Amino acid sequence: MLFRLILYLLILAYTPMLHAHKASDSYLTLQAAGERIDGRWDIALRDLDYALGLDGDDNGEITWGEVRGRRAAVFDYALSHLHITGGKQACALQPGDYLIDTHTDGAYSVLMFTAACGAALSNITVDYSLLFDLDPQHRGLLRVEYGQATHTAVLGPAHPRQLIELAEARSGAAFWQYLQEGVWHIWLGYDHILFLLSLLFPAVLIRHNRIWLPAEQFRPVLFEVVKIVTAFTVAHSLTLSLATLGVIALPSRWVESAIAASVVLAALNNVYPLISKRLWLVAFGFGLIHGLGFANVLKDLGLPNNMLVLALLAFNLGVETGQLAIVSAFLPAAFLCRRNWGYRRLLVDAGSVLIVLIALVWLTERAMNTQLVDWAFLFE
Amino acid sequence: MTKKMKRILLAAIAILPLHLCLAAPYQPGHDGQILERLPAAGSANRDLRQLRGQLAARPGQTELAVALAERYIARGKAEADPRDYGHAEGVLKNWLQLPEPPPNVLLLGALIKQHRHDFDGALLDLDKVLRRQPDNAQGWLTRAVILLVQARYRDALQSCAPLIDLDDTLLAGTCLAEANSLLGQAQKSYDFLREALADQPAAGSEQRQWTLAVLADIAARLGKVLDAEKHFAAAASIEQPNVYLFGAYADFLLDQRQPRKVLSLLRDKVRIDALFLRIALAKQQLGGSNLDQAVGELGARFAASRMRGENLHQGDEARFMLHLLHKPEEALRLAKANWQAQREAKDARILLEAAVAAHDPEAAKPVLELLAATGMEHPQLRQLAAQIRQMP
Repeated sequence: MLFRLILYLLILAYTPMLHAHKASDSYLTLQAAGERIDGRWDIALRDLDYALGLDGDDNGEITWGEVRGRRAAVFDYALSHLHITGGKQACALQPGDYLIDTHTDGAYSVLMFTAACGAALSNITVDYSLLFDLDPQHRGLLRVEYGQATHTAVLGPAHPRQLIELAEARSGAAFWQYLQEGVWHIWLGYDHILFLLSLLFPAVLIRHNRIWLPAEQFRPVLFEVVKIVTAFTVAHSLTLSLATLGVIALPSRWVESAIAASVVLAALNNVYPLISKRLWLVAFGFGLIHGLGFANVLKDLGLPNNMLVLALLAFNLGVETGQLAIVSAFLPAAFLCRRNWGYRRLLVDAGSVLIVLIALVWLTERAMNTQLVDWAFLFE
Repeated sequence: MTKKMKRILLAAIAILPLHLCLAAPYQPGHDGQILERLPAAGSANRDLRQLRGQLAARPGQTELAVALAERYIARGKAEADPRDYGHAEGVLKNWLQLPEPPPNVLLLGALIKQHRHDFDGALLDLDKVLRRQPDNAQGWLTRAVILLVQARYRDALQSCAPLIDLDDTLLAGTCLAEANSLLGQAQKSYDFLREALADQPAAGSEQRQWTLAVLADIAARLGKVLDAEKHFAAAASIEQPNVYLFGAYADFLLDQRQPRKVLSLLRDKVRIDALFLRIALAKQQLGGSNLDQAVGELGARFAASRMRGENLHQGDEARFMLHLLHKPEEALRLAKANWQAQREAKDARILLEAAVAAHDPEAAKPVLELLAATGMEHPQLRQLAAQIRQMP
């Protein structure tokens, strides 16, 4: 509480009463999204007075009335010294709000504006020439915000133009971010983990005369697992891509219910095996549905238009990485324990029953759109 | 929250460019609300505007442009307002872009570069001026002053020498005395300059002010505290004391632990970062309650100047880091960078202080070498140097 109070007082303290002397700067912030840029441009009243003569009555004091009365002239002057290009197209600048703010060296007019660029932005070029003719020491402090990323540049007479690659500059960071999101989603998406485990439980066993027998050799087991995981991967990558690119669209409630149902069926298959061969086909079929689930997550994260494919690839790779981590932890352990009575009875039978029960609750919840169990509380 | 925690919090916040992240633009309530006060209101501003108007009507007029730029630079020197220097440069822009700018334009250009701490660029321009006008006293003097800032005292002496034949003897004498006083001749220079000043009762006020400031500085270094105080006070009482004089006087008073005098001297100088730093240091000596606000404000100012990629204030920022934020390593980094550009006694001092605080005797080496090479009298520097030599 005290911390907050101090912080608040600090903020108040920062409305500086004692203005500093500082070289002339303007603060230009551009927020790019889609085809549009929202701009905010703080220009010192002293500089505007030097350029346009704001102090109408020449008494050395600039009042709000004097500033307000010159709104059109100020916008004209400022926006004629700023050219923004998106891709190859010049963006049309549209004046917006006209406000006041304070910086260390005094009061600034705040010009809000929008720039319509006509096409999705992959890069923007800022061409800045404000005040350079009157004060070569003037600098435009440019800040471009795009999604999570921020670019800054100092514009001066020797460097009046700045190209900002929105996609390129961010792609490395974005790739990493979406990769992590993919891994996290597998780790935190218990439905996917349980589905995968349900399919993998019997992989180290062989169904023979309606009973489970331990597999003799590791190689066929590994081959079986690789088939299952690959099928699942191919399937969910397919639907994930198609859904993300907008080719297919299904209501998320259906998708989530179907995922829960897939877990029920996969686990049930361990208890009352209907399919014991070609489990990879099951993995593929249900993988299609899980892919749609991943797509919903990706949509919630928000995808940059200009690097959709990159983000998609990174997210997918993240999902695979998470999946691989689970499989490589599970498989050796399962293979070692496969002869053990406990593995078959406790894990495969009882475990599968437990999974069925959990997945049934999910299914009901998702299909009915209600909450039966406080999962967050349960997992705390 | 403990006081220490509070300090740390403040320090952390002080180095953020707060005015950007907390900025909340607003619409003023009524038309009469005063948003900004322009510097030098009234006649001075009107004169400048009139000159600007004349120049706009006849844009090719060199003399008009030089006159206007001189006015801006004079105001910039008095008020330490970088915008004034920017405006001067803007006025002279078309001439400065010529392959061979007229000498009077080049000279002003050198002053502007000097203010921007582009000392080498300024020296090049001055050399061009002096090649064409070997009797340009302002050129030789500016050159000498820059060489003093670069601690090239012998070169400075050579730049003072031509003044003997050119202008009034007090100008040349002050120039020579200042350079000589830094070469182990403090007492002789002091006696000589006192006499020279007494011999020239008709000297102009600006000249007297500079001479008194040099006398005060030498006296302080000789340990003549009362004389130094007297000279400083006399210099500051002459109209339009500049930032340099105020800064030196305030530093002297801080050394004498007279913070109240600092606060009254710099009462209306809060706009100037260098002097605001001295105000904060005085508040620290007083142990007043409003130090934290001053520290926060200073931090925001340094951050704002850093944002435009400028490092004109690294010496002051180092003092801020060391004495107000208690961050010796940061302070040493800044003091070392500052030493690359500026090498006055005050720059040497913060470098030594930071080196002591950061336990880095190696960093102090350039200053120790300078002291050895010049034999400069400076008790505080000598004491710090002795401290560093005793460090393991």
